[in-house]
Amino acid sequence: MEAGTLTRSRAPRAGLRLPGLGVGSGYGVVVLYLSLIVLLPLAAVGSEAFAGGLGTFWDQVTSPLAVKSLKLTVVCSLIVVVINAIFGTILAWLLVRDDFPGKGAVNAVIDLPFALPTIVASLTLLTLYGNDSPLGIHLAATRAAVVVALMFVTLPFVVRAVQPLLLEMDREMEAAAASLGAGSFTIFRRIIFPNLLPGLAAGVALAFARALGEFGSVLLFAGGLPDTTVTSVFIRNQVESGNDVGASAVSVVLLVASLLLLGAVSLIQRWAVRHDRSSSEFIPTLAKDVGDHGGGA
Amino acid sequence: MSANPASRWGLRVLGLGYLTMLLLIPLVMIFFKTFEEGIGPPIDAITSPDGLHALKLTLLMVAIAVPLNTIFGVACALLLVRHKSKANGVIDAIINLPFAVSPIVIGLSLFLLYGTDGWLGFLADNGIKILFSVPGMVLASIFVSLPFVVRETVPVLQEIGTDQELAASTLGANGWQTFWKITLPSIRWGVAYGVVLTTARVLGEFGAVTIVSGSISGQTQTLPLFVEKQYANFNSPGAYGAALVLALLALITLFAMNLLKRKEDA
Repeated sequence: MEAGTLTRSRAPRAGLRLPGLGVGSGYGVVVLYLSLIVLLPLAAVGSEAFAGGLGTFWDQVTSPLAVKSLKLTVVCSLIVVVINAIFGTILAWLLVRDDFPGKGAVNAVIDLPFALPTIVASLTLLTLYGNDSPLGIHLAATRAAVVVALMFVTLPFVVRAVQPLLLEMDREMEAAAASLGAGSFTIFRRIIFPNLLPGLAAGVALAFARALGEFGSVLLFAGGLPDTTVTSVFIRNQVESGNDVGASAVSVVLLVASLLLLGAVSLIQRWAVRHDRSSSEFIPTLAKDVGDHGGGA
Repeated sequence: MSANPASRWGLRVLGLGYLTMLLLIPLVMIFFKTFEEGIGPPIDAITSPDGLHALKLTLLMVAIAVPLNTIFGVACALLLVRHKSKANGVIDAIINLPFAVSPIVIGLSLFLLYGTDGWLGFLADNGIKILFSVPGMVLASIFVSLPFVVRETVPVLQEIGTDQELAASTLGANGWQTFWKITLPSIRWGVAYGVVLTTARVLGEFGAVTIVSGSISGQTQTLPLFVEKQYANFNSPGAYGAALVLALLALITLFAMNLLKRKEDA
């Protein structure tokens, strides 16, 4: 493996033949595909948002209903990431440090929200916490429903970001602290938590980005009442009523917010690598968090 | 921290209780709810012409979007890992975009691009229908599921290094021979994992497809759209029956993910 790394760093491109048409046309195809599939459509949204000029854009974004939906979405997303930061860390701890029957199954089930279609998630939550709730908990069409739906879809992010860090953490530090008389809370606050922080922050940022744009899981459960219209539902409503400019303007706000969050994730990643919090590949990048680190099962 | 049995049990109750209330009970509820009025109604709903059409259309989305994104994903990962270029950072950032963008915004973007006033609206004028038909839905599916294979293949490619590939080309293998005989066998589990994630995403995509499809029963309705429409029409058995099919597919996905993860680690 060491030899492999050395060879790679010298990168003898001349000897390595890539399959296909060669590097130049390879880049051409990749750029063309990305442009057609991703960039051109997104550019169309940007262009439409500013089609009526900056003033129209601003009017659309600051219209009372748009502001209301943005506020609701941001507040609910914040609540959700705080809840999932706590429970995600607890679950990661259980999966790495604890031992109980069925741990492997629990570890697998964490990824369910990534695999289950969002509309199915919405329907199931509605069944359990809707008007016919067998538990007698009625949340349908309330703001609480928005929170629960977002809790469901963002559950795996923090678990999968914290789990590998916990797995690789040196337990001698904790043992040393304990031998010096530190209680478990002190050990958590002074030793475990600071080590988990980069993963936790990355997981929270990813969960937040996902929550801001979530649509399917909120739709049936929270409904589209004036008080439960999240931003994505608002955009859908604008499209349906023919207000493309308004839909695009609010979309641009969402787009910028998620880009900033992605930027934050990569900054955290770089910071953590520089401070060598752990091995190189510890913060799952966007897709890597999808059940990538099957901890200790 | 781990010595105290009281706090250990407290954490177990909290963590597993949260998981049970949020994931497990809802999942079990679909099974009960689907067969509440017997096995007949949900089966009738799924085997109705509209239900079957939705199922077929969903599988068609998978059949087109998954191979395209797999070929693109492997090729793109090869370029990003095996060829150092300043463009790599930009390409990498663009590949992550579909994860960051709301599915509704993705749907809107295609709606605007291919709409009558859109930059590519001339296609519709010339008889090439994109919106409210299958091509638009395929484009939406490709967009939302684009990053998975690249993301899963890049780290595996980095890990295997280039020793064997170089040896193969020293011995006279051409690019394709090296790829099929050396590279692909070494990265196959990573690619397969990406394919599973891509498939799951395409099967379940709702937001982006709902905007571009118009959700016309028996024409542009995939299974997730069928669930929503049945629910809106107060046809509970239909909605739950289709939801159960999707949930079973999700469980298969979950199983495959774990299996592949183990292979990859081995």
